[in-house]
Amino acid sequence: MNERIATLVARAEREGLVDVAYATTDSPLGTLTLAATPAGLVRVGYPDTDTVLQELAGELSPRVLRAPARLDAVRRELDEYFDGRRRDFDVAIDWSLVRTPFRRAVLERTARIPYGETATYRDMAEAAGSRDAVRAAGTALGANPIPVIVPCHRVLRTGGDMGQYAGGPERKRILLQLEGWNKGV
Amino acid sequence: MGVRRSSVVRLPPFQTLLDDHADSVLRYLRAAVGPNEAEDCFQETFLSALRAYPGLRDASNLGGWLITIAHRKALDAHRARGRRPVPVEHLPEAADPKREGHSEPALWRAVRRLPSKQRSAVFLRFAADLDYVQIGQAIGCTDVAARQNVRAGLATIRKGWAR
Repeated sequence: MNERIATLVARAEREGLVDVAYATTDSPLGTLTLAATPAGLVRVGYPDTDTVLQELAGELSPRVLRAPARLDAVRRELDEYFDGRRRDFDVAIDWSLVRTPFRRAVLERTARIPYGETATYRDMAEAAGSRDAVRAAGTALGANPIPVIVPCHRVLRTGGDMGQYAGGPERKRILLQLEGWNKGV
Repeated sequence: MGVRRSSVVRLPPFQTLLDDHADSVLRYLRAAVGPNEAEDCFQETFLSALRAYPGLRDASNLGGWLITIAHRKALDAHRARGRRPVPVEHLPEAADPKREGHSEPALWRAVRRLPSKQRSAVFLRFAADLDYVQIGQAIGCTDVAARQNVRAGLATIRKGWAR
């Protein structure tokens, strides 16, 4: 059956019928569900795969298929990152799940925070053009559909407190420590 | 547009249709068109389903929906075969079904020689496990007529078997 399904998925890909391709990958943060549209990586999910797929089917398209080949490059880069051999990701991003211009501005700014460095929620609000919208910036970061690759873990509270993280504080701590950030973590 | 629809019908990710129904679709097709043509029909069935899926209005019986598509592909295969010279494996050696004992393939081959509606009805009932209402929907008749087609098909086969 596996070969039959592989043939089917390959044909579906050729005919442009796979709107959302997904794969799972193991990591020090647990299993990650990775999803891509033809435009690029659209989701890195911490919750269980079924939940992530339901969300993608509802938000993007129900044509969601397991097509790991389309995510090979992302998986390889994530492996290298978690091994400490990679500091920047070189993958196309699809921002479709980011629904407002403000959130998108916050996350695009976040994507430019260099490896091993951190910024504050206030910095991100300011960069998105609204210095007072600190809470909204926090919400935007909490709803980041592409964590790790868009490094929202590098955004901390003013004063250096770690702050919250959609994947839980333990995952944020692991990521910050991996990048050599150990002030008070 | 799309947003409104998805708030009415919540379609599961297509992958779950594959995970849940690939086996039963294949089983149905192997019975309906034989093991060789079943492979092509399987691909065509799921590609058609994938094309149509975002527009589907009713997600309450996805298994039945897939079998209905598989049924149409099986009909196409039967029609295409009718236009081709009969391949050796379909020579009427199974005119004597008892020669192969009561093995399932021989029985399915006997069903494949039934008139179109009876053949469809018998396969949908016994290879796809649909009820008569669903069979009626698939072949375009009432549930009463679907039941009659199944009964007539079975009677014909029984006659061939008992000979």
